[in-house]
Amino acid sequence: MSESNTILKLPDQRTATMPKRHYINNEDGLLSWLLTGDHKRIAMLYLMSITVFFFIGGAFAGLIRLELLTPQPDLVSSDTYNKLFTMHGIIMVFLFLVPSVPATIGNFLIPIMVGAKDLAFPKINLLSWYLYVIAGITILTALVLGGVDTGWTFTTPLSTHYLNTHVLTTAVGVFIAGFSSIFTGLNFIVTIHRMRAPGMTWFRMPLFCWAHYAASILMVLGTPVLAITLVLVALERVFGIGVFDPTKGGDPILFQHLFWFYSHPAVYIMILPGMGVISEVISTFSRKRVFGYTAVAFSSVAIALFGFFVWAHHMFIMGVSNYSALVFSLLTMLVAVPSAIKIFNWTFTLQKGSITFETPMLYAFGFMGLFTIGGLTGVFLGALGMDIQLTETYFIVAHFHFVMVGGMLMAFLAGVHFWWPKMTGRMYPESLSKLAAVTTFIGFNLTFLPQFIVGYLGMPRRYHSYPAEYQVLNVLSTAGATVLGVGYMLPVLYLAWSLKYGAIAGNNPWQATGLEWQIQSPPLTPNFIETPIVDYEAYDYEWLARKTEQEVTTVG
Amino acid sequence: MHEDHHEVLPQHLHHFATEEQQRETGTFGMWLFLLTEIMFFGGLFFAYLLFRNWYYDAFVAASNQLSIPLGAFNTVMLISSGFCMAVGVWAAEVRKQSLLVIMLILTTFFGLVFIGVKYVEYKEKWELHHIPGAHFDVSQFENPAAYGLKEKPLAPDMAEKTQVFFFLYFAMTGMHALHMIIGVGLLVWLILRARRGAFSSGYVAPIENFGLYWHFVDIVWLFLFPLLYLINRHPLH
Repeated sequence: MSESNTILKLPDQRTATMPKRHYINNEDGLLSWLLTGDHKRIAMLYLMSITVFFFIGGAFAGLIRLELLTPQPDLVSSDTYNKLFTMHGIIMVFLFLVPSVPATIGNFLIPIMVGAKDLAFPKINLLSWYLYVIAGITILTALVLGGVDTGWTFTTPLSTHYLNTHVLTTAVGVFIAGFSSIFTGLNFIVTIHRMRAPGMTWFRMPLFCWAHYAASILMVLGTPVLAITLVLVALERVFGIGVFDPTKGGDPILFQHLFWFYSHPAVYIMILPGMGVISEVISTFSRKRVFGYTAVAFSSVAIALFGFFVWAHHMFIMGVSNYSALVFSLLTMLVAVPSAIKIFNWTFTLQKGSITFETPMLYAFGFMGLFTIGGLTGVFLGALGMDIQLTETYFIVAHFHFVMVGGMLMAFLAGVHFWWPKMTGRMYPESLSKLAAVTTFIGFNLTFLPQFIVGYLGMPRRYHSYPAEYQVLNVLSTAGATVLGVGYMLPVLYLAWSLKYGAIAGNNPWQATGLEWQIQSPPLTPNFIETPIVDYEAYDYEWLARKTEQEVTTVG
Repeated sequence: MHEDHHEVLPQHLHHFATEEQQRETGTFGMWLFLLTEIMFFGGLFFAYLLFRNWYYDAFVAASNQLSIPLGAFNTVMLISSGFCMAVGVWAAEVRKQSLLVIMLILTTFFGLVFIGVKYVEYKEKWELHHIPGAHFDVSQFENPAAYGLKEKPLAPDMAEKTQVFFFLYFAMTGMHALHMIIGVGLLVWLILRARRGAFSSGYVAPIENFGLYWHFVDIVWLFLFPLLYLINRHPLH
């Protein structure tokens, strides 16, 4: 292979055609999609649905930033502003981030990566999508009926006793979305335990599977607690009891303990699958096995475990005892360690690797930098003294957007671009996608770096007016948000374009390892013609080189 | 490795290599689902633990309102239904269709008796104005002597806390009863399929996995009964 700045190897476009049969043209008609058991079709259904909700949530973000252009509350009333940030949070967290990688890329790839024909429970997989859609419609109904303004955290007793907005409808929607998530996680755990092909041992699985396994443990154990918490909130609203109301002997802190017991693991549910994507992308575009496979695998599980021990760091100023705050602060410092281990391992994967800068890799680099900043600011916030100053300010907002958007959303985009040729058989246009990636990176930093500063200076979150001295930073942030919006629109447009006009990708355009790259693009419905037998380790580029030496691939 | 031409059972799904893999996967999935159910009920148990600690006297007075005989009878009903379910699973495994159907019917019967007794208990609470909400009446706890009860009277603010006990009582037993009603619905469906012979040729997975679910619902009650009915009978001195 000659010296080139890309590893992309496409079949000869003059003669290449799409495979005759694959999972998309296997069956025709709307019902064949709506009643499918095929994990790949369900993944595509999810991809379309979460994209719709992403842009709805993004529209709310746009309105928020528009209001914050000026210090005065001049665009919307305070109640409406409360509804804007609440709906932005609920839609982005529950209808976008939680299902993003697992339900789309995870659903598509996990069976293939372990060598199975489908997930363990295909019907439950489909049910999971329907629950997601019903949840989304319920939440949109709440929106159309007038919205909810509790903040995505539903804090009591505001949500139970002091608001007339559509808390109940929204709570029902989130409850249903929770079960969608639980069933996805359940499916993944059982599949990884029971459906691995002969020779595919635990430590030969791609790290993508380990990351999803850890996230699935969190989904399965944590989400039911959110469910029962929402049930209690709903019952309290309907019957007026005082389980969370101090005037009736209840305790609002009980709500917060129950809520954050899920919602902290939720952030790891959101990020772990993204980290799985990054492991795959960094390895492929450095042509090198992931450094410290075992450490990365075990750190995923460690994040899942420790993630359950730190919830009260969201409650430091809520009246928990000093001793309790101390313990949770210490545990929060500890939970940062496995995440840092991953960053170090990815960095050492890059070292002496043969690095190229295709779009997925650009997003992965963005992830590594931005997630590191976001994660480190999380450690600042874990220190009690810092948290008292910074909590409920824009510093927190910047922190979680760095990890969730700069981290998770970039990982999602990396994954979508990396596996787009596999899922659709087509390549996206590389120059345009690189432009979009860079635009996103610039827009992101312009949006959220000023928020760190303005938060440190004391601007509170969830307020639609602010002192005039913060305006410059807010204007920069809104300008960044506009650039970011452009950066996110571009992939929707060119990925759709590529479905018809993109180059034919072939089996393995990235020359990556992994079972998914040994089958056709797009895959056949049963994935494999015969059950694969695995006798090589993960990320074995030498095995790949030996295998492809003599290979002649024809497509079509 | 091509598919062998061994006998493919009718229930065999295409994405499993063997029927054994399919069966074990299904059971694993059910155990995992039950784990999520434990976490689901766990939130309520935690709330109960907390408020029992804070409002001990109110919880004593309120739990004395629950009928131990009825609760014990219900416990016997559930254990009996669990026993019948276990025999039913065995019957399916040894392919005794009529025994299986009888056992499933008995399981359903005991489950329905349980639900009936709960209805009686709930109705009594309604009549005494012990259902949390607008019509909750604390007078019985402030002045038990007037109702002919040998209880320690509670101060008004502690008497108010009996409402929290009843809220948790209805939430926990109600959630449990909801799971039982769902279970009874599934049982009816299983009975119909069993009568058609669906489980008489070695395909026992639905019966086994439903058995797991039913036993889980049983175990939840075995925790609820002592916590709600049996402990907290006497005020601390």
